[in-house]
Amino acid sequence: MSLLREDDAIEVRERLKAMTSPVRLVHFTQELNLEYGHETKQLLEELSALSDQLSLEIHNFLLEKDYAAEYGVDMVPATVVCNGDARGIRFYGLPAGYEFASLLDAILMVSQGDSGLSAESREKVAAIAQPLHLQVFVTPT
Amino acid sequence: MRLAQSLALENALVQADCIEATEFPDLSSRFRVYAVPKTVINGSGSIEGSLPEQFFLEEILKTLPTPEPCEPPQAT
Repeated sequence: MSLLREDDAIEVRERLKAMTSPVRLVHFTQELNLEYGHETKQLLEELSALSDQLSLEIHNFLLEKDYAAEYGVDMVPATVVCNGDARGIRFYGLPAGYEFASLLDAILMVSQGDSGLSAESREKVAAIAQPLHLQVFVTPT
Repeated sequence: MRLAQSLALENALVQADCIEATEFPDLSSRFRVYAVPKTVINGSGSIEGSLPEQFFLEEILKTLPTPEPCEPPQAT
């Protein structure tokens, strides 16, 4: 059974048409031990099938520790939204509800290379000269 | 999350994590997440709720040490 409803899938496919460059979703899981591990992987598989510009890589968190570290991933399930060398956006947990909407936003934003920030904000963000880690806690509803 | 990911897109030094709070209860309790969204900044400061772009950015920049003026290192 698919996790994405058919009419949702149609809408998502439509939205993803706005992608202008390829995005890789790099997913780390250890689904056997995780309540939401299997569902997360399935949802990402369904999502990545909705656009030719979207690809999915699945890695085992326990067997590929070094690779996970390269992507700054320290817990699972984790999904990194990548375009070329850019890999600054991560999703932890099942991207359902609010998190699914954010994931779609992230994919489009990364694909189009447009943060949507004002010129003034862009300048301030560009001036940040040290690592900045933002952890945004959300719930599905 | 949208603003956090915008920042990450603009500057490679910024890492934006979207965390499903109920799936990571230990982390949520460590950062005292009682309401969402909550943005934790470099593991210490935080922003409760959603803020408009300008204020979100201001709150974040406030937590970062100002880069200048730079004091010359004290000779020992």
